[in-house]
Amino acid sequence: MTFDLRDLYQEVIVDHNRNPKNFGKMENATRVAEGYNPLCGDKLHLYLKTDNDRIDDVSFDGTGCAISVASASLMTEALKGKTFSEAEQIFRDFHKLVTQDVSLQDSTMQQLGKLAVLAGVREFPTRVKCATLCWHTLHSILEGTETTVSTE
Amino acid sequence: MTSALKIDSTPLRLDVEKLRADFPILQQRVNGRPLVYLDNAATTQKPVQVITSQDQYYREYNSNIHRGVHTLSSKATAAFEQARSRVRTFIHAASDKEIIFVRGATEAINLVAQSYGRSRLGQGDEIIISEMEHHSNIVPWQLLCEQTGAILKVIPINDDGELIMDEYAKLLGEKTAMVAVTHISNALGTINPVRQIIEMAHAHAAVVLIDGAQAAPHTGIDVQSLDCDFYVFSGHKLFAPTGIGVLYGRQHLLDSMPPYQGGGDMIRMVSFAKTLYSDLPYKFEAGTPNIAGVIGLGAAIDYLDAIGMDAIAQYEHKLLGYATSAVKAVPGLKIIGTARDKTSILSFTLEGIHPHDLGTILDYDGIAIRTGHHCAMPVMEHFHVPATARASLAFYNTSGEIDYFIQSLHKAREIFR
Repeated sequence: MTFDLRDLYQEVIVDHNRNPKNFGKMENATRVAEGYNPLCGDKLHLYLKTDNDRIDDVSFDGTGCAISVASASLMTEALKGKTFSEAEQIFRDFHKLVTQDVSLQDSTMQQLGKLAVLAGVREFPTRVKCATLCWHTLHSILEGTETTVSTE
Repeated sequence: MTSALKIDSTPLRLDVEKLRADFPILQQRVNGRPLVYLDNAATTQKPVQVITSQDQYYREYNSNIHRGVHTLSSKATAAFEQARSRVRTFIHAASDKEIIFVRGATEAINLVAQSYGRSRLGQGDEIIISEMEHHSNIVPWQLLCEQTGAILKVIPINDDGELIMDEYAKLLGEKTAMVAVTHISNALGTINPVRQIIEMAHAHAAVVLIDGAQAAPHTGIDVQSLDCDFYVFSGHKLFAPTGIGVLYGRQHLLDSMPPYQGGGDMIRMVSFAKTLYSDLPYKFEAGTPNIAGVIGLGAAIDYLDAIGMDAIAQYEHKLLGYATSAVKAVPGLKIIGTARDKTSILSFTLEGIHPHDLGTILDYDGIAIRTGHHCAMPVMEHFHVPATARASLAFYNTSGEIDYFIQSLHKAREIFR
């Protein structure tokens, strides 16, 4: 066995699950979307305050497994102050990180920063959707197609 | 393990190690560790006797049934009909004509809803189900209500996960046309007092369907003694292949019902002016059926009969008792479903750990459990949880496996500490 449970459940993930950052409803949000994973019942709301195409503030609430909560928490940290196109680029890189068994360039890894702790997810194919639910929800906002986003 | 967790010393009547040897899949390792299969309420593993029956059918006498005069067809037809008789004796039905082969419990319920329900129920008629039903015993009735204007009523459950029988009594009335309730809850393990449920419904001239998907593998079934009108179950939860199931129906009811699907094998004569339908049970078996599946179901029933359903029930009862006391010692663990009368299913939550994470951690140790809403979202809603973890037992599980499972739960707590 080449992977360990701790590769998936790193301390950072466990911590973000226990004390998620930017957790809670944003009263003055300009954009809101809902993400839902019918397989496990994970559900989250994503709140954005945007200024033209810049994300000024972001928060989320909902229920989910540790991977899904930690991923959303880390995502909100990574998004603040980013433009829509920067956010889309992070999503593309993050998606590669958790789905493809290739090492990403150092510069890309640097861009991803703390999000890199979720790399272990790729060894657990059934859990990829948990890590990407929040990102798909974000994507629907960036695309302007926000309704309930389903992972199925 | 403390002594309080030791299984009692009464000798068990099953030679579990010998039985386990019949299940090739149980011999494997998952993630480098011996497989501990605790997802039997989702589907059960198949003994070599069932697997061989499939192989033998396809190698030696594969052919269509009820059609050819040739040797293989006669052989396949005989095996198919013999399996029907085996099902009849297994559930103590009065006649082979009352045994309809379908794809599974889900299709059986849809058949009853669409054939019996749609031809008999109308505006304002009432259908009673319960809060603990699997989606497959909810949605077919909702569809029927949309089609006929019938109304769905729901028997509530208490916080132990038992039906509140007084509330059931209040729901019954002259408008009650149908009662459809599960024998054993897939999400909670509760064994419902189906005999009483049926008696009370009959007192109001309502017809009763019992969903036996979880009951068939764990308890002996006697449809005549229960006096139920319809009883349904799936083969794959009974150590038989997937894609095969049974609808039992009282003969006079089945006789009076219109066909569910049209096609070959369900007709006596077809012309463009008029088509005559076959007699029971063929009227409800349009098209070439799952012949191998039926033969496999027969083989599974032979296998279970040789062990004895009473011995299985007794063993599983003890194992559930052992598992229940063992999990109670795990800090932060809450059992969902604490009915006085329950079997084989241990649904639970572990404080601070989402069931989905628990499922991954246990899988890492080679332990298969189910996590999620178990296709019983109303039950999850009742207990205010989005999901539970569920360990479900079969006769091939052992107290040693339970010990190992408990160790893994502790490991999960360690990771999330």
